Order: sequence, then C-alpha cells, then structure tokens
Amino acid sequence: MTALLPRRGLAQILALIVILAVDRVVSPQFFDLRLQDGRLFGSLIDVLNRGTPVALLSLGMVLVIATRGIDLSVGAVMAISGAIAASLADSHSLTVVLAAALGAGLICGLWNGFLVAVLGMQPIVATLILMVAGRGIAQLITEGRIVTFSSPDLVWLGNGSILGLPVPVAIALGMLILTGTVVRASALGLLIEATGGNARASELAGVGTRAMILAVYVWCGVCAGLAGVIAAADIMGADANNAGLWLELDAILAVVIGGTSLFGGRFSLVLAVLGALIIQTMNTGILLSGYPPEFNLLVKAVVVLAVLLLQSPKLSGVAGVVTRLRRTKA
Amino acid sequence: MILKALFAASATAALLLALPANAAELTIGFSQIGSESGWRAAETSVSKQEATKRKVNLKIADAQQKQENQIKAIRSFIAQNVDAIFLAPVVSTGWDSVLKEAKEAKIPVVLLDRDIDPSGKELYLTAVTSDSVHEGEVAGDWLAKTVGGKACNIVELQGTVGASVAANRKKGFDTAIAKHANLKVVRSQTGDFTRAKGKEVMESFIKAEGGGKSICAVYAHNDDMMVGAIQAMKEAGLKPGKEVLTVSIDAVPDIFKAMVAGEANATVELTPNMAGPALDAIAAFKDKGTVPPKWIQTDSKLYTATDDPQKIYDSKKGLGY
Repeated sequence: MTALLPRRGLAQILALIVILAVDRVVSPQFFDLRLQDGRLFGSLIDVLNRGTPVALLSLGMVLVIATRGIDLSVGAVMAISGAIAASLADSHSLTVVLAAALGAGLICGLWNGFLVAVLGMQPIVATLILMVAGRGIAQLITEGRIVTFSSPDLVWLGNGSILGLPVPVAIALGMLILTGTVVRASALGLLIEATGGNARASELAGVGTRAMILAVYVWCGVCAGLAGVIAAADIMGADANNAGLWLELDAILAVVIGGTSLFGGRFSLVLAVLGALIIQTMNTGILLSGYPPEFNLLVKAVVVLAVLLLQSPKLSGVAGVVTRLRRTKA
Repeated sequence: MILKALFAASATAALLLALPANAAELTIGFSQIGSESGWRAAETSVSKQEATKRKVNLKIADAQQKQENQIKAIRSFIAQNVDAIFLAPVVSTGWDSVLKEAKEAKIPVVLLDRDIDPSGKELYLTAVTSDSVHEGEVAGDWLAKTVGGKACNIVELQGTVGASVAANRKKGFDTAIAKHANLKVVRSQTGDFTRAKGKEVMESFIKAEGGGKSICAVYAHNDDMMVGAIQAMKEAGLKPGKEVLTVSIDAVPDIFKAMVAGEANATVELTPNMAGPALDAIAAFKDKGTVPPKWIQTDSKLYTATDDPQKIYDSKKGLGY
C-alpha cells in the first residue's frame, strides 16, 4: 500500500476521483457544464461554490492544528461576521462592511490566541468559550431575526462571477495562494510546524512560539470571518441561528482528511482544501442521488471512514503483510 | 385553624391587591420558551398585543430554552397567585409535579403551540396548537386546485430529519396530493429548515431534473427554505412564481416580499396568535365556567399573491420575525 501511494496527497486525490466517479454514476449529468447568465452552471461548480466556506475555514484550521491546537469557534465566528456584514450592508460601502466583518473575525482570533498562547489554556476549552458565546453575540446583533439586505456589492460577493467562476470560489483560491505564499515562501511554515512538533524545544531553539500560536488563531479568525461574509452574501441575509452551524467539525474533518495530524507538526494547505472538496463532492452527490434524507449522515460517515482508512499507516502495514504472504505462497 | 386563618389572610390580601385595578382584570403568567426563532419572537409580541386588547395583565417569563427555568417561572406564578398560567413547553415530558402544584392551587394552565406527554392530560385546561398535518394538507390542496388536470412534477424541501413538524407536514401534503394522480413528488430531500440548505438542495434538484425544466412546483416545509430555493431558481435562469409554482408553510414576512415581487405563489400560516384563543378560553372559563375542549386548533390560513402581500408584509415585519 505504501509502495502504491508513495507521495503525500495521492490518497486524497484517489479518494476524490473515486467519489467523483460515484457521483457520475448516481447522477449522469454530473460533469455537464454550461454558461448561464455569464457564469458557469453545473454540479461541479456547485461543489466548488458550496465547498468554499469549509475550504476557507480549513485554511485557518490547518495552521492552528499544525501548532497542536484546535479552533472550535469558527462556526460561531462565521455567524458573528455574517451578522455584522448584513447589518451594515445597506448603509455602508463594501469596504467598510468587509473591514468591520473581517475585523470582528480578527478580534475573535486574537481572543482565542490570547487564551491559548498567553494564558496557556487548552485550545479545545479556550475556543469552546467563543463557540458557545459567539452564537449568542451574533443573535444579539441580529436580535434573533434573519437580517436581510439588498446591497448589490455584497450580493455580488456571494452570487457574482469572475471569468465564469463564482466569486466565492475565486476568493477561496486567492486566499489559498495568499496563505500558501506567506507560509511557504518564508520560514513561517517551518516555525509553525516546529511549534506544533515540540513547543518547548522550539522555544529553546529561539522560535517565538507564543507569537506563532497567536498568529495562527488570528488568521483562523480572519478566514472564518471571510467565510461568514460569503455565507451571508450567498443567501442575502444573516441567519445567526444557523450560519456556520457545525461547520467547525467539517473544517477539522477536512484538515484530517488532508492528512494533517491532530498532534501537530507537518501540515498541507492544499490537501486541507482538497479535504474540504472531498466532503462537498460527497454532500453534493448525496443530494443529487435522490435517496431519502435519512441516509445522508450514514453515507457521509461511511465515506469518511473509508477515506481515513485509506490513509491509515496501520492498515497499509496490514496490506503490506498480506501482499508479502501472497508473494511467498506464489 | 392556622390554615383557615392563612387562607382568610391571603384572600384579604388578594382582595386588597385586586381592588385598585379593574375588577374584571385578569393577571396571567406566560412561561415562554425563549428566543429560539423569529416565529417565537412574533408569538411573544402578538401575545402582548392580544393581552392589551383584552385589558389582561400578561407577565411573560423568558426561559432561555431551559425547562428548569420554565418550572421556576410556573412556581413563581403560583406564588403570585395569578389567575391563569400559559405555558409553551420546551420539551414534552417532566411537567407532572409542577402542573400538579398549579392544579392544587386551582390555577388553570393552558398550553400554547406545543403539547405535552399524554399522561398529563388532566393537568391542564386546554392546549392551543396548530395541526401541522393539516398545514401540509392545505398546501397540497392549494397546489392540486391550482395545477388542475395537467401533470405536475413536484420537488419537496423537507424540514430537519426527525422533527415531528417535518414528518407531519410531509404526511399532510402526501395525503392531499394522493387524491390526484397527475401530481407526483419526484424529489424530496432535507433542507434543515434553513435558507442556506434550502438553496443548496434546490440547486441540486435543478441539476438532477435537467436544468429544472421538468419541475412544475416546489413544496417547502417552511418559508425560509423556500426563500433560499427561490434564489437558486433565479440563478439557474428559472422564473419561480411563474414557470415554477411555490407553496410553503409559516407565513413569515420575507415570503410576502417574494410574493410582491411575483416570485412566490402561496404560503400557509402558522399563526403566531396562540394567546388570543387561549385568553378567550380563560375568560369564558372564569366568567361562566365554560370548560373548553382539550384541544383548540388554530387556523391554518392560506395566503396567495391575491391577498395584498405588501399589506401583510407591512403588518408582520414589526413583530420580530
């Protein structure tokens, strides 16, 4: 098995191809694409477009997890930034709206980072606080209603298109390139991995681990803020009760499917985004299949299990033994 | 002896307290669930309006979605010796002991919007609720009447899997269209009662049904999912309200906005006015001793684009939906 999958990422690409093939079977028009009002239209575009929020969340989450942390508050942060964006949309310019919404995400990230890096709280507990309180804050902003807006600028952010591609997809791609460049073109990525690998040793070696941890939570907050704005722009309204609900779990899953260990250390941005796409390809396939909705969660669980088994080192060990046994028999 | 004296004292106290106010004025305690949804907020504000209309002093306790808070609120209403208690139960079980206390204090309890476990039937006066199976039937009947004899492929956006409201609204709709062979639900999937999921699921329905050209109508278990579905249809170049008929349930303000724009056809109201019928039942019970039936069913009124949606939107938008 390990010989079959020599390079990192092959398991994920294989999983994606298999799921795409299954989607093609349950829905023959899956790969059909056409232009509709100047934008591409088809199930593949749906996968990219609907996968955007989780892909954005996973970009921040993968860095946090690389430092051996976790951020449970991203769903709630989405609700906060979406609520802020929707409340300001009709009275302010897009710049102000974006600055306020992303600023809120940044502050949320700073709060989480402060609790973890400065006060030394365990990440799961520290971010649980904002996970619970954040949705309440969002509900306070919207007063429990769905705040709708009609500002064409913000609506464009959710439903417009650039060169035929939905704007959210273009934004996610831009964020991937930006994050990748910042992290990998400098030593930053290495320092983050060092922090997650062994914080104490890194500290002694001169790595500013506190600054690293603070920085990844802040970036995670900003990514969540952006995802929240896009989710609100998509439905032209902020739904504080439901925006980003349980998406923190999908984001963590995307990172794990992308092969990044929850124990920190080595990470891959591209594979985390690929993980998000795997999840969404499966979700879209389930919706297209026409099976009763009672099966949704079950199918999802089985597919996730299969994808993770594909990556399990123990299982590839077993597979190796089996092949060796077969060879000796022959 | 002591009990008697106490009773006399409390009766005098109650009399003294009641004296400055209008003799007919009732004080009613209302244990509300909390602000779980826009509809809930609207129910609270309509309850206040209905109480003011009838000159009833309504005390509302917000339980923040916790049963223990509701039990505390009911105990405090009993201690204040209110004339009646309204309860919108957050869960269906665990009310026996506190409702027994209310019964012993001879304070009638009326359930609003939701029923409790059948074992407690003798513990409350009546329950004012909507029949969600009937809501689905009203939606199905409207569609059958509107479509007439031509064949019609329907796609359905279900509520959250496992929610009784979703199961009931599906059942009612299925019963209504079963009488018409030309109506067929071709796709049915859950949209979790939310706009975002309603939009996503509708996008997949459109792709699965060849660009949506074969879809004749959309039925959604609530208006929010329909608002999302309408956006999905518009983005796919379809004309909701014209090419594709829409019918959903709840009657929240935003669906009337869509009707004004000609993008939605019909909605069945889940009235936020549960307190009105409850107040009338209590008044009749107190004045003439009329015992109401165990279940007061609220109207499931159908609204279409011919009902002046702009006016309804204006009247509903201030209610807190």
